[in-house]
Amino acid sequence: MNETIVFAVISLSAIGSISAVILYFVAQKFKVIEDPRIDIVNEKLPGANCGGCGLAGCRAFAEELVKTGDLSKLNCPVGGSETMRQIAEVLGLVAEEKDPLIAVIRCNGSRANAPVKVSYEGASSCAFAHVLTAGESGCPNGCLGLGDCVVSCQFDAIYIDDITGLPVVSNEKCIACGACVTACPRSIIELRKKGKKDRRIFVSCINTEKGGPARKNCQVACIGCGKCVKECAYDAITLQNNLAYIDHEKCKLCRKCEPVCPTGSILELNFPPRKEKAGETLKTTEPVTVE
Amino acid sequence: MSLLTISGSPHVHTQQSVKSIMYGVVIAMIPAIFVSVYFFGIDAARVMLISVLGCLFFEWVIQKYLIKGPVTINDGSALVTGILLAFNVPANLPWWILIIGALVSIGIGKMSFGGLGKNPFNPALVGRVFLLISFPVQMTSWPMPKALFAEGITDAITGPTTLGIIKEGLSAGKTIQEIMASPDFPGYLNDMMGVQGGSLGEISALALLLGALFMFTRKIITWHIPTAYIGSAVIFSGILWLIDPTQYIDPLMHLLAGGMILGVFYMATDMVSSPMTARGQIVFGVGAGLLTILIRVWGAYPEGVSFAILIMNAFTPLINSYFKPKRFGEVVKHG
Amino acid sequence: MKTFKLGGVHPEENKISANKAIEVFPLPEKVYVPVSQSLGAPSKVVVEKGAVVKTGQLLAKGESFISANVHCPVSGKVTRIDDIIDSSGYKRQAVYIDVAGDEWEESIDRSPDIIYEISADRDTIIKKINEMGVVGLGGATFPSHVKLMVPDGKKAQYLLINGVECEPYLTADHRLMLERGEEMLIGTAILKKALGVEKAFIGIERNKPDAIEHLSRLCAKFKGIEVMPLKVKYPQGGEKQLIKAVVNLEVPSGKLPIEVGCVVNNVGTAFAVYEAIQKNKPLIERVVTVTGKSVLNPANFLVRIGTPVSLLIERAGGLPEDTGKVISGGPMMGKALTSLEVPVVKGTSGILIMPGQESKRTTVLSCIRCGRCITACPMGLEPVLLAQLSESQLFEKAEKEKIMDCIECGSCHYTCPAGRPLLDYLRLGKNKTGLLIRNRGKK
Repeated sequence: MNETIVFAVISLSAIGSISAVILYFVAQKFKVIEDPRIDIVNEKLPGANCGGCGLAGCRAFAEELVKTGDLSKLNCPVGGSETMRQIAEVLGLVAEEKDPLIAVIRCNGSRANAPVKVSYEGASSCAFAHVLTAGESGCPNGCLGLGDCVVSCQFDAIYIDDITGLPVVSNEKCIACGACVTACPRSIIELRKKGKKDRRIFVSCINTEKGGPARKNCQVACIGCGKCVKECAYDAITLQNNLAYIDHEKCKLCRKCEPVCPTGSILELNFPPRKEKAGETLKTTEPVTVE
Repeated sequence: MSLLTISGSPHVHTQQSVKSIMYGVVIAMIPAIFVSVYFFGIDAARVMLISVLGCLFFEWVIQKYLIKGPVTINDGSALVTGILLAFNVPANLPWWILIIGALVSIGIGKMSFGGLGKNPFNPALVGRVFLLISFPVQMTSWPMPKALFAEGITDAITGPTTLGIIKEGLSAGKTIQEIMASPDFPGYLNDMMGVQGGSLGEISALALLLGALFMFTRKIITWHIPTAYIGSAVIFSGILWLIDPTQYIDPLMHLLAGGMILGVFYMATDMVSSPMTARGQIVFGVGAGLLTILIRVWGAYPEGVSFAILIMNAFTPLINSYFKPKRFGEVVKHG
Repeated sequence: MKTFKLGGVHPEENKISANKAIEVFPLPEKVYVPVSQSLGAPSKVVVEKGAVVKTGQLLAKGESFISANVHCPVSGKVTRIDDIIDSSGYKRQAVYIDVAGDEWEESIDRSPDIIYEISADRDTIIKKINEMGVVGLGGATFPSHVKLMVPDGKKAQYLLINGVECEPYLTADHRLMLERGEEMLIGTAILKKALGVEKAFIGIERNKPDAIEHLSRLCAKFKGIEVMPLKVKYPQGGEKQLIKAVVNLEVPSGKLPIEVGCVVNNVGTAFAVYEAIQKNKPLIERVVTVTGKSVLNPANFLVRIGTPVSLLIERAGGLPEDTGKVISGGPMMGKALTSLEVPVVKGTSGILIMPGQESKRTTVLSCIRCGRCITACPMGLEPVLLAQLSESQLFEKAEKEKIMDCIECGSCHYTCPAGRPLLDYLRLGKNKTGLLIRNRGKK
């Protein structure tokens, strides 16, 4: 009895120590020397592994930062400027101050504005529906409302509004990782400056058809009339392919373009109500509220 | 006129649905249900009723209150599980053991994996094996069926199954011939008709084959798994029998005794837990056949069908990823 | 009985219009002729707004190798060259013509006499087919002249004429074989000459015994053309399936039929070839089946290209009250239309009207892993796996599992007891995987 125990103890400890020695040498042999700063930088990162920086996860981002030592091309949208400042401190660099961005849905073709003409049945995937058809409203550029962006969002920041059938982005939750921008097969979503007090102005339409056909499918389509272009004092608005686009870098949020738009396709978000009535405009949109 | 619908092709769909498949299986089990009621009387009906109601109830509770998703108890899958569970237990099983069996089948065997279609193991077999291990005494005391064409129902006499008799006899040092010559041994015809001790649904090979024929004609099952299963079991047991007929029973007895037919046609063919490709199904059947005979001949239990199928269920994902269907245009070789 | 081996399904045939003779459709008042009606590059418009055009005149010229000419189907005046909505709802360029009279180009032989003598040589045939804008009329609209130019190093052995019409409901090819059988066979002989092959087979499914009998009798007059009756099974009309069924050869994955020495053409194409070569007539009309269970007078019309679909439906008894879906093509592979104002194009083989109840898809349940889609797939793929991969965007893996071999026949979705939209995801996967492969090529 005793012999068995002694034998087992001895043989097991022998195996243990031999393995330990082997492991030690193997570890020495295959040791990877890594810049310790990678770990430090990695710890400062939010760890969401969302890919919003364009790299495969936070670790890869940290490696890239330390390797290149260049902050100008890399940015963590989740952590924002605060995180980037801390990282810059670790690396002994100066971080550029970047305005926070947010995903913006550039389509206002709600069920009321762009009535349904045919009904779609099938896989609930915008990517597939986009291949199959122009969509229920007939607008070839409009939101299909099947929620590929919702699925792509890791931060639960987008949901489809039941009444309008359009996606809504949450101001608090969106970190502008850009996953929805890639997911949308129609490139409706754009990352734009979040703006002070979440105030934003943008053209909520990307339809490039001529005015007539565009309006046929959607009341609030941009018809490319160019009135807003003339109105803008900062050259922030350009007109291309029957479509106006407001450059968010140049826009000063002066609110002059919004009242002149005859179809109401320019949207203002989170501004206080106007004091004087802004002329006779064909405003058909209901006030947009964003949580 | 209502709005035109647009969708991708195809625009027509087969009549067969999950529901029709499940209820097809139920219809196929009707002959065996009648046989079990005929031989075991009201006890059999009691066991089946409790098992079915238990399965339906647990599925409903879990879907409604635990998962809080849509309730799909009318798709027939819980009904099939309930009947199969009842088929796999003796007719005199106490009601509370049945309820536990139903809970394990539905709760652990099926819903814990996400419901119909996601369970890796056959739910009824999970329940059965759980009960067999937890309540070995109750699960292996089989009431004896009355003789064919006999009046009334036999009193609660219990006795061993055909395979149990053989296993016991062999361990007592008898040869197969001596065992089969004994008056207690049911014999081929009785095994075929159902006059043998055993679980509710496994006793009559004839009734089960009748149902299987129905499933074949309705294309609910394909030939691959049953043929491979029976083929491999027959070949393997046949080799053993040829080597020593005094120690190993012949392949026909292997087929007729125990739960072989029930397992082969009703449980191994369960779509959810068996491989999807024809090649994979053959591998699955061969494996299950070998394991069944292995367990029956050398294992501790006299019966091996449930274990064999469960073990092969575990291999199903692996089989699925290794045995691909024959691709069109893949065999063409140049030069 | 010959058929292909792997997979296949048996949808209800519903060939309601099989005994309705081909009816010449009256000239419409207006036609819209899409500029690009074939696979390949869009053609370039060669007429101007306001131009007076004759029937058979060239409207748009195919400029690249894979593209086809489009001819004027009517005579009249070009009113606009503008976008129209195509069957999917997207915009496409089209020529709008107001019809006036029916004045044909003088070069076209409009007499009903059948010309048996094939005087044109090989090169002339191919050139003429190209000029006359003949494309595959089975539905894929691949320019026919491209198929006839056998690449170097390859040799055509068999010409297969596709008279299978495996799609339920459609009867256009069936009627054509019965009523224009002789012309179709001369067309076959012309194609044989152009390819330099000895043997041509006409594959017809057993559900059209009258066509098999009729053509077998006519074939006695033609050397080297044989009718091959086939067992009824969908999708036998698929190019690769037909080759497998008739001559028992398998086209390797990712290759064209010429790899195994076969060229496949539809019966409609053979007829169009006859008209192009013997009668000098460009492809400006085709047989279209208008059918459906609730349609009053299901019919087979000989329609000018560009005629709005709504006119066809009107003549077949009007749009039924309970219409839920209007499909261009058959129920297995056709496209659901978003608007009835779309014109008939070269690839329109039928207009199928489905009642509301029937057109609804069944509720999608979770997959029960029955493997029926795998059994049904004629290409030996695993639709369930491919759909999963494409849903989770693993397109590289999907490529390894041969997603690009999918012929989009719809057998998987048809057979799925859980009603899962397998083909929807497969299409998406094919689309994305194709993009991936093309991008890789660019690098």
